[in-house]
Amino acid sequence: MLRLFSFALFLAIWWIAALLVGGAKLPSPPAVLQVMIAEASSGALFLHLGATLARVALAFVLAMSLGSAIGYLMGRVKLADRLGDPWLILLLNLPALVVIVLAYIWAGLTEAAAITAIAINKLPTAIVTLREGTRALDRSLDEMATVFAMPRWRAFRHVVLPQLSPYIAASARSGLSLVWKIVLVAELLGRPNGVGFEIGVAFQLFDTPRLLAYSLTFAAVVLVIETLLVQPFEARATRWRPRAA
Amino acid sequence: MRLEVDITGKTFRSAAGGTHEVLAPLKFAVCPGEVGVLIGPSGCGKSTMLRIILGLDSDFQGRISRPPQARIGMVFQEPRLLPWRSVEQNVRLAAPDVTDAKLSELFRILELEAHRSHFPGELSLGLARRVALARAFAVEPDLLVLDEPLASLDDALAGRLRDEIATLVASRPVMTLLVTHSLDDAIRLGDRLFFLSPRPARIVHEVPIAIPRDARGDAEIAAIKASLVQRTQNGQDGEHGGERASRDIS
Repeated sequence: MLRLFSFALFLAIWWIAALLVGGAKLPSPPAVLQVMIAEASSGALFLHLGATLARVALAFVLAMSLGSAIGYLMGRVKLADRLGDPWLILLLNLPALVVIVLAYIWAGLTEAAAITAIAINKLPTAIVTLREGTRALDRSLDEMATVFAMPRWRAFRHVVLPQLSPYIAASARSGLSLVWKIVLVAELLGRPNGVGFEIGVAFQLFDTPRLLAYSLTFAAVVLVIETLLVQPFEARATRWRPRAA
Repeated sequence: MRLEVDITGKTFRSAAGGTHEVLAPLKFAVCPGEVGVLIGPSGCGKSTMLRIILGLDSDFQGRISRPPQARIGMVFQEPRLLPWRSVEQNVRLAAPDVTDAKLSELFRILELEAHRSHFPGELSLGLARRVALARAFAVEPDLLVLDEPLASLDDALAGRLRDEIATLVASRPVMTLLVTHSLDDAIRLGDRLFFLSPRPARIVHEVPIAIPRDARGDAEIAAIKASLVQRTQNGQDGEHGGERASRDIS
């Protein structure tokens, strides 16, 4: 209920601002909705949304799985941490744009180049978060698992993974927003479809309604993913915690 | 095969850079079906010794020999349950081979039936300790290590759990090592008592109890206790006397 009110407030502010500055710079909500409906009925909206979503999903899965594994290793093994740390700092501070442009130069304007570049941008933050999570693991529970001779996989699944899941959830959450922002840049620079490509077109034509129609639709999709996937995962992972009444 | 502990020393480097001797040379053995009890002042190095015996700490001088395939059941000082797994899952994860009947029996004895599906965060410390005991028993261990398992339980329950430990020890040839502060628990459960000195720990007295556990009535226990108290006091006097003597010589 409160969320709905908050959303209505956002729409109201937008509408008032649109009336004040004029439709050319900031179109009103109905104008944007009209473009959305037109793009949706022609099918273009779904094509571009689908392309972007597929890239987000691929890059996200790639970065999260690789980043989690490396982060866990660096948290557990001191040597890996020492060796990996300079690389990590380099990656963390490398601007997304540089990675994307280099990837396109080296591997051509290909899908693989785009997805790799996006994944490389998300990778270091996933590593950092999971490394912290691994460092915070409770040693006394590890000892318990060792004493009771739990097989490695069972200990990992029941002792380690539940401790890491809040970190994984946090990393997934920030990752999702980061990845979809970077995907648009990659699309703008070197892909013939996707939301980023459409926004590039809208920029060249100074077509603000189109720009807003695409970006807001995609934001809505991310919101749905967050509510339907990330939040239930978090709730499940923390259901054992005694809740404040 | 029995548990043989032969530690010749254990030092530990503190954050400040100094080294501390935690364990002096220590040697003892516990046979299957026997309960060895370690009694000593707080901070004397008992927990360090247990970690070495359990194989969690290999940085020591000496040798531990135990049957290579021995299943270990351990009750840590703090319960060490997985907060994100239910009581039943906690037991089953440590003891995957436990039968439903055996599990129900354990939960009935430890009065945990109502808490099977609760999470450890919802339990009191006393209840959590009982879950830790259930977990250690469910493994059907060859080596059972109990680090002050009856602390912070009320007398009635502590008595029942003590009987339960005694039954388990009697039913299978399990080597048991019990760490306790309570002379009562030690005498009721133990077959061989090891009295430890303050840090660095060494064995001051080794006292076997000849009377079988189930034949120990209140009268016998009081008698053993009286003789023990006398003996340990004499021992301490002797020790102090010895120190004084050595000081006199120097």
